[in-house]
Amino acid sequence: MGVIDPAQLAKANALASSLGEEVQDKGFILTKLDDLFTWARAGSIWPMTFGLACCGIEMIHAYMSRYDIDRLGMMPRSSPRQADVMIVAGTLTNKMAPALRELYDQMPEPRYVISMGSCANGGGYYHYSYSVVRGCDRIVPVDIYIPGCPPSAEAMVYGLMQLQRKIRRGNKVIKRV
Amino acid sequence: MLTVEDLKHETLRALGTAVVQSTIELGELSLWVPRTRIAEVLLALRDDPDISMNQLMDVCGVDYPERPERFEVVYQLLSLRYNVRVRVRIQTDELTPVPTATGVFSSAGWFEREVWDLFGITFSGHPDLRRILTDDGFEGHPLRKDFPLTGYVEVRYDETQKRVIYEPVKLPQDFRNFDFLSPWEGMTDVQLQREGEK
Repeated sequence: MGVIDPAQLAKANALASSLGEEVQDKGFILTKLDDLFTWARAGSIWPMTFGLACCGIEMIHAYMSRYDIDRLGMMPRSSPRQADVMIVAGTLTNKMAPALRELYDQMPEPRYVISMGSCANGGGYYHYSYSVVRGCDRIVPVDIYIPGCPPSAEAMVYGLMQLQRKIRRGNKVIKRV
Repeated sequence: MLTVEDLKHETLRALGTAVVQSTIELGELSLWVPRTRIAEVLLALRDDPDISMNQLMDVCGVDYPERPERFEVVYQLLSLRYNVRVRVRIQTDELTPVPTATGVFSSAGWFEREVWDLFGITFSGHPDLRRILTDDGFEGHPLRKDFPLTGYVEVRYDETQKRVIYEPVKLPQDFRNFDFLSPWEGMTDVQLQREGEK
């Protein structure tokens, strides 16, 4: 993160200029529709802000200028109908659980869920409490679990990049190495 | 500004026989008063110009299961004028209602709802005594000493009913006490005894 490798940069520039030439020569690019969709989805993951506790503060750090996940195409949305991924950041209580599920149900497909922090992963510190859900995967299906209490903003960004990787991998069962 | 001793003197003068007991501990004044006279006591503390307790900071409950009247309700008052605080305490049990303080301090409304929610202490004359913190339809009062830590129900999304449902608690992992005395932490006493026999 943050370190620019000259070799990688040259490779990316070469790819971009070859694409540019192809568009100028032919006026179009050929690709598979699946690849195009995957490229678009992985490049514009719009998360819904769901800060429930201190993890929400770390999530905000990831949005802010130091880590700036805008450059990964991630714009925080306040409406579930515009969002692709729900970041459950913090302690999910019994009282909040039906609201969380309702918001998840309002999100358009394809939708993803990131569980951020110990409390969302499995209840964490409040695992034995009378009022806390023991993991938000009891309520919604989770794609990525980010450990930590709270996870750092780097961990949050890493989790989002893992989600991008998962989207690029598609529905294939065999993992590409 | 008043010292604590001055404040004790002033409150005893203003309240007279209403004070059952008064103590100064760690520089803080506590007053025990009869349950039935709480509204009158709060009003006197608020309106007496030499005390002028114009803010009700908090109303808490305390559970002492060994006492015949098991609950205490504690009112924390602050005087902005003299920069002093007073703690007023009353005793009650599960069934006896406490007269509400909402007529004296409007902020008591939510505090009393919280005390009712978490301890089950009723307040007579309260305009809207409902639960404030726990889940809708929650059963029991979680800060009572006889309420189990994990409660009675837990939630889960049910795929067939398409909604979040309540179920009796089933813990996949038992509650463990870590005392750092034994490497076999979390083991039951029975298992530890067997270990000792070997």
